[in-house]
Amino acid sequence: MTLETLPAWAVLPAAVLLILGGLFTVVGSLGLARLGTFFQRMHGPSMGNTLGTGCVLIASVLVSTALANRPVVHELLITVFIVTTAPMSAMLLMRAAVHRSNARQPPKTD
Amino acid sequence: MNALLEFAISFAQFCFVLAMLFAAFRLLRGPGAQDRVLALDTFYVNGMLTLLMLGIRSATTVYFDIALLIALFGFVGSVALAKFLLRGEVIEP
Repeated sequence: MTLETLPAWAVLPAAVLLILGGLFTVVGSLGLARLGTFFQRMHGPSMGNTLGTGCVLIASVLVSTALANRPVVHELLITVFIVTTAPMSAMLLMRAAVHRSNARQPPKTD
Repeated sequence: MNALLEFAISFAQFCFVLAMLFAAFRLLRGPGAQDRVLALDTFYVNGMLTLLMLGIRSATTVYFDIALLIALFGFVGSVALAKFLLRGEVIEP
């Protein structure tokens, strides 16, 4: 089966998920570019991009399943990986930013 | 049906490239080192998604392996840079 002859049950959800994923991703990255401080900028990529990635990978699973005529779920590997690692890298970066802002202005000890 | 999927793939690719432009803006401008690391993190995720769009459009599974590798090494790079910012050293003795 080629991309031209995909059935409607795969094309419609895949198209909706792709459009939603693109919108989520662009909103998350717009937050990264536009927001004021680092701790505000943290939220955009770590939530918007993760949600967009999930949508796109579910669409990819749908298209691959319809193309191969059998369940193909190996794209879920990337989903699981991104969903588990994005909060970890965000938390590490946030701790680094807190550490650096404390080092620049040491907290008053009285 | 096919025109709808083509439109969705093109729209998503456009969105990801726009998101990469935003991330590149923050990567070049960002006032602190942590901003640049966060922008690099966003940049590799968007690049991986653009590659997955190519994979859906060409209906092959080669791009999946490359996307998985980008996700793995991007995470390792982000964690190493964050560790360096936090402790001043990546691998401590």
